[in-house]
Amino acid sequence: MGLWNAIAVGFKEIWAHKFRSLLTMLGIILGVSSLIAMSALVEGMEKGSREALVAVGGLQKFRIESQPVPVEQRHLRDFATGVTLGDVYAIQNNAPEVLKISPEMRMEPSPTLSANGKNFRTWSTAGVWPVQLEMMEHNIEHGRCFNEVDDEQARSVCVIGTGIRDELWGNPEETGKEIIPLGQTLTINGSPFTVIGMFEHYESDQDRKTRLLRKAEEAERLASGLTNAPTGPKRMRGWGGNRRGGFAFWIKNNTVYVPLNTMWIKLLSGQTNTPSDKRLSEMEIKVRDVDKLELALSEIRNVMMVRHRGIEDFNVRTQEDWAEQINVFIKNARLSGGLIAGISLLVGGIGIMNIMLASISERIREIGIRKAVGAGALDIFVQIVVESTVIALIGGIAGVGTSYGLIQLIIAFTTTDNAPIVTVSSMAIAFGASAVIGVLAGLFPALKAARMNVIQSLRYD
Amino acid sequence: MALLELRNVSKIYHLGGEEIRALDDVTLDIEAGEFCSIIGPSGSGKSTLMHILGCLDSPSLGTIKLDGVEIQKASTSQLAHIRNRKIGFVFQFFNLLPKLNVVQNVELPMIYSGIGGKERRERALKALEMVELGNRLKNRPSQLSGGQQQRVAIARALVNDPKIIFADEPTGNLDTHTGEVILELFRNLSRQGRTVMLVTHNPEIAAVTPRRIEIRNGKIADKVDTRLAGLDRLAAAAAKSAAAGAH
Repeated sequence: MGLWNAIAVGFKEIWAHKFRSLLTMLGIILGVSSLIAMSALVEGMEKGSREALVAVGGLQKFRIESQPVPVEQRHLRDFATGVTLGDVYAIQNNAPEVLKISPEMRMEPSPTLSANGKNFRTWSTAGVWPVQLEMMEHNIEHGRCFNEVDDEQARSVCVIGTGIRDELWGNPEETGKEIIPLGQTLTINGSPFTVIGMFEHYESDQDRKTRLLRKAEEAERLASGLTNAPTGPKRMRGWGGNRRGGFAFWIKNNTVYVPLNTMWIKLLSGQTNTPSDKRLSEMEIKVRDVDKLELALSEIRNVMMVRHRGIEDFNVRTQEDWAEQINVFIKNARLSGGLIAGISLLVGGIGIMNIMLASISERIREIGIRKAVGAGALDIFVQIVVESTVIALIGGIAGVGTSYGLIQLIIAFTTTDNAPIVTVSSMAIAFGASAVIGVLAGLFPALKAARMNVIQSLRYD
Repeated sequence: MALLELRNVSKIYHLGGEEIRALDDVTLDIEAGEFCSIIGPSGSGKSTLMHILGCLDSPSLGTIKLDGVEIQKASTSQLAHIRNRKIGFVFQFFNLLPKLNVVQNVELPMIYSGIGGKERRERALKALEMVELGNRLKNRPSQLSGGQQQRVAIARALVNDPKIIFADEPTGNLDTHTGEVILELFRNLSRQGRTVMLVTHNPEIAAVTPRRIEIRNGKIADKVDTRLAGLDRLAAAAAKSAAAGAH
């Protein structure tokens, strides 16, 4: 019997038992669609994480921060200075692999910002050199950044992120216009500062799309003359809209930078026990070549160990750790998602095998007749395997279709930043898996049917 | 050389340690073109003999030659191939596939011999013309009468142009009149030179064939029991008419 005949017979058999076949396929449909949806979710998460990693400067960058002296060096803790501005100069002069270095002196706990009659406590208020902007991939959209003169003279000027503007002066979507608070006065823990620059608004691709879409809808509504704008007080959106993926962007938007000297002299005076050397919260370092990261790290470590006389009161944190964590997380998500989808595919396969077994015991006489007129064991075997494969393949195609709906459902229920990304390869793999399962599920019933005795099956009622 | 040659064929079953000889040392020749019946009461072994002759089963002992080829050692797949090309079956319960229509049922053996769709259709139509069912092509078996179903089954048996046709109680499930029509069909096939074997327990049906093989307890009876074969009545009728003529 030709393969086409077998396939035609398979379709006929499925059509003869429409409902039963549909129920059988359901297992495969769910398995395939959950496999695709899982992989789309993980893919989306991965993209979001990579975006966030790039937003904070990529792998070339790492950070040195102060840390408590380790236990075995406790007796030396009076000599521990932590990371200081002197260290920055020393690294600048002695570590050739270092491209940029940027000290950062933060106020801990973060201060209260006041302006326009409102108070706000932000994520990070730091004294930095202008190079910090390059380091953290900040872009000034309005005004200017402070320069070396501002730093030298410890002028009371600051550059803010749009998050600060949103909280103190109002955000563009609620006020309907973009407020640029250049020249306005902002007080930090009571000290007045002049806003001389504002960063651009940072957001993920997904956020940008959502925002633009909302804007377009708004414009359309206004154009059509309907003004059913929401009334009443605005609802609190919470921290970064409760969105984990956007957290890196949220932090960037909620930053206030002042010159390092200003921070030291005007805001932190008297908060350190090393008046000769300015103590830093941390320093950010960017290396020339990411391939020579190890070399750069050892250079820096040597300089630091000499300056700190062997006391390990500092800690080097690379983004590699983070990148590694992302990879591990993605791997785990993929594994567990794949496992769940795999189990549901397996269950679907068992369902098919079950129904094929029921089908052949219903058709014992038919098999007997076919054998009597000349069907060989192989013909019967192929026919049953083809039937189960056809069921699985139809289920696979339907599953690919259903996965679209499933993903829409997931998006509707979880407001995640990382929109799921459906890849062709995941579809191909899921579809291929359904085909393999169809064949495997058919093997045992087919073997059973092929081995039936002709005379007994002809007499069977 | 005979079409079918059986030499010392036995079929032995083992039931709970007991040996049952369904066929016991049967030697038999069937020539091409013969119209022959196998008769015997149920349990006599006539079905077993038909299964072995029809390549549905293999003998435990002995040799069997079909068309000059020894087949007692053939595997089930080889037997299936032989059944497909050389043997046609007609069963008591018709054994048509209920999901297929008349033409598709007749095409079935050709599907397994790998004949293309067009030729399949032509040959099925020709076979159906032969049994005078050319007008019921699209009907399902359930929409046909018993006699019509049996004619479809005969068309199916003929369609691959077999060397020999086996009919297992072909009239057993039909009324007398329809049964006669079917028997007439077999007689016609025989006249066309085909080899036909009728398996029956009914002596009146066996009486239509020139040769009768009687099976009793797994052996071929030496002498055909005239009473069982219905021949005594024929002889009596002949004697009676002869006596009437003498008057």
